[in-house]
Amino acid sequence: MASGHSSTEEMAPKKIKKERPAVRAFKDFYHRLKKNKAALVGGYLIIFLILVATIGPFLTTDGVNEVNYTQKLESPSTENWFGTDHQGRDIFTRIIHGTGYTLLVGFLSVLMGGIVGTLLGIVSGYYGGKIDTVIMRFMDILLAFPGILLALAIISILGGNFINVIIAVAIFSIPTFARIVRGSTLATRELEYVDAVKALGAKDSRIIFKHILPNVLSPLIVQSTLQIATAILTASGLSFLGLGAQPPSPEWGAMLNDGRNYMLDYGYIALFPGLAIVLAVLAFNIFGDGLRDALDPKSKK
Amino acid sequence: MFKFVVRRLFQLIPVLLGVSILVFAMMHLTPGNPAKILAGQGASAEAVANMEEEMGLNDPIIVQYGNFLYDAVTLNFGTSWKSGLEVSKEIGPKFVVTVELALYSTMLSLFIGLIAGIVSAVRKYTLLDVSIMIIALFGLSMPNFWLGIMLMQWFSIQLGWLPATGWGTPEQIILPVITLGTAGAAVVARMTRSSMLDVISQDYIRTARAKGLKEGIVIYRHALKNALIPVVTVVGLQFGLLLSGAVLTETVFAINGIGGLIVDRINARDFPVVQASVLVMAVVFVFVNLLVDLTYKFLNKRIDLD
Amino acid sequence: MSEEIILDIKNLQTVFRDEDSEVRAVDGVSFSLPKGKTLGVVGESGSGKSVTALSILRLIDHPGKVEGGEINFKGKDLTKISDKEMRSIRGNQISMIFQEPMTSLNPVYTIGQQIRETLKVHQGLGKQSGNEKSVELLKLVGIPSPEDRIKQYPHELSGGMRQRVMIAIALACNPELLIADEPTTALDVTIQAQILELINRLQDEMGMSVIMITHDMGVVAETCDYVAVMYGGKVVEYADVKTLFKDPKHPYTVGLLNSIPRHDIDVDELEPIRGSVPSPKDMPKGCRFASRCPFATDLCVEELPSLDEIEDGNEVRCWIYSDRWDGDPEVKEHGPKRTS
Repeated sequence: MASGHSSTEEMAPKKIKKERPAVRAFKDFYHRLKKNKAALVGGYLIIFLILVATIGPFLTTDGVNEVNYTQKLESPSTENWFGTDHQGRDIFTRIIHGTGYTLLVGFLSVLMGGIVGTLLGIVSGYYGGKIDTVIMRFMDILLAFPGILLALAIISILGGNFINVIIAVAIFSIPTFARIVRGSTLATRELEYVDAVKALGAKDSRIIFKHILPNVLSPLIVQSTLQIATAILTASGLSFLGLGAQPPSPEWGAMLNDGRNYMLDYGYIALFPGLAIVLAVLAFNIFGDGLRDALDPKSKK
Repeated sequence: MFKFVVRRLFQLIPVLLGVSILVFAMMHLTPGNPAKILAGQGASAEAVANMEEEMGLNDPIIVQYGNFLYDAVTLNFGTSWKSGLEVSKEIGPKFVVTVELALYSTMLSLFIGLIAGIVSAVRKYTLLDVSIMIIALFGLSMPNFWLGIMLMQWFSIQLGWLPATGWGTPEQIILPVITLGTAGAAVVARMTRSSMLDVISQDYIRTARAKGLKEGIVIYRHALKNALIPVVTVVGLQFGLLLSGAVLTETVFAINGIGGLIVDRINARDFPVVQASVLVMAVVFVFVNLLVDLTYKFLNKRIDLD
Repeated sequence: MSEEIILDIKNLQTVFRDEDSEVRAVDGVSFSLPKGKTLGVVGESGSGKSVTALSILRLIDHPGKVEGGEINFKGKDLTKISDKEMRSIRGNQISMIFQEPMTSLNPVYTIGQQIRETLKVHQGLGKQSGNEKSVELLKLVGIPSPEDRIKQYPHELSGGMRQRVMIAIALACNPELLIADEPTTALDVTIQAQILELINRLQDEMGMSVIMITHDMGVVAETCDYVAVMYGGKVVEYADVKTLFKDPKHPYTVGLLNSIPRHDIDVDELEPIRGSVPSPKDMPKGCRFASRCPFATDLCVEELPSLDEIEDGNEVRCWIYSDRWDGDPEVKEHGPKRTS
């Protein structure tokens, strides 16, 4: 049977492309993301929002807090696309200026909460034992305050303003991150190669950054994206309650709060800032869903 | 099963203690002297000192916490700084309203969510499925307070069909429950769909088909019962989210519940009421989660016996 | 083959498609099964043997589809009948048992409920008579204290016991054809033998025909009358079991036989087949086995051989037996041989 070896051996090298695993993983991921049309739409929407937040304010002709009582409560027109509010301010202009606040709350609070939660999760999952019990119990305690309640409690301590909303929403997202990262850390720690690396005498910090962190990255990215959506919703809710960004800030939730007395008779006052919130939240939700499909090996078909 | 229940109850103790410590700490972490707030603006130093003594603020912190915990367990939350009423009497009836609102909304979420999720899964990849999932995504991405305002504008102001505010009559209940239940329905629909799709690919579904059963029986008798088990776990979480989401809904519809109360009293710095409300909501949420956990375990015991 | 033919498959095509790829999992499979006999369908995973079995019962899930060919069961083409008629055949005239007894029973229903269900749809038995029949069936498949077992849930039974329950469900309506898809692969060795013995015994008692899908030549030797060897979605050799073991024609069959231990010949080492099954997404245009075949020539790589009868009742899909083949003259003369 020796005569047949050559054919198989010749074929073999052609099939193996020499690529670093990380590069291949990224290409694979990008390929699947590209196939996921919804995720692409989400991604483009996010880029659009970032552009609006950064460039938009320079393009608007009206001032963001330009009060004009002669033009108050005017319906949408070619001059005031989304109408004017009870102080005659152009709603379209204010929404453009408010985009930055919304994205800032989303990104900053998730960044802060994500860093703290990830650290806690990794420490918890990697070291286990008593540290794990203490950290996770503490997360359970934070999670006992459902939804916006934790943020409300924090605001009641810190007082209601825009910065405190970011802090409150950041704290509010810590337990979610900690739990997810702990789960992936545990799963990674079980892998044999981590044992092997340990046996070679690598330091804990090196193992964590070199081996654990890359493995928890994809659930982390997915969760961050979805958490930004939640953060935007929570923050706008707090502002609507008057406990977040304060009038005359053009934060969208604050705009809704500001116009509360007029919005039942002048629907557009509530309609447009609300639609803006929906658009932003939707963008991150769609993108997060798409990322999950692209990154989660389980959903590979 | 009994042992499991007892063990879970014991596990609750550290969580509940932690919750109470956090709530207790709320007042002490707040900048400013609570005695000064209570004594009123421009009170003399002596009056403030008296107030401090009266409130027990000079006791060691552990004694203060002990008193707080004892009071909390005996449902004695002191008197409101704003209204001067006994806190438990003030929040009691309001709490009932909020629980009603959250309960009805949870029921609506489940009803709509389950139907939508099942239909989506059975008709997977059809136009109907895609439409349901897009609507669900919108439901998930809408701030409930804004949805409330929009519904109110349309059904109360424009059409005049339903009252815009209040709570109690069947007409008053409809809009707030839709407002609060929409996001939950979206979550349940997405969860049900993915759970159904998961179950439909299981080996025992193929067995059921190989027996010559009708597709309807395969779906409703064999798939659904298994698919609902994981959905149970989101119900508790949903109830908690709706309980806290009620804060916004109550504000929009001027409903006299605990959510509106919290917001009102945070602004008024009425700490006994805020503390008590937050504490009660958290404790209820913890127990609802326990209940869901036990239900899940009960439903699932046939699959997993360890 | 003068016997009555119960199942005759002709040029079966089962294809799985999504937006940008298609997989011809079963690509022109033909074989027939005489009544009361056992046909072994053998191949590695990915050879299309399980898909063939599922195609017979029309249990292929989206995005898979039977796109061509005939499946004649007692003279009726199963690819043409209505869904309703197909349902009345499933679990009734043709039954199937699966590879994974641990997951093939519904965890939330009792054993009794799951057996009764079949009896109810096909024979209209109520709870009382259904229970009696269930107990009888469990006794038949060798489950002790069946009266208690019917009240139990699947998780309370071992894998071997669950497979017996699956067999009981399959046999509930005295099927004429039983399709067993790797029924013993997931079980312990001792249990494997018991299950095979049970299937053999019940086949004799009930006069069923059986399709035994397996990758295990040992199982074939023990249970089958005829064998179809599958590779890359095609049948590469069809023969009666004696001929196949004594005088295998296709190099792949030879390879399969060489990779199992034999008692009659003393071999120093087992010779596994080199390489692996080609990806179904890019099947070679020539013989599917060419890349792993020790005798492959340019002709084998370029052109697909057809399935030809080279001896009475022995069909082979291989160029070696054609005049056009120009490989090793030794092999051409004596055929690919087993290790000896």
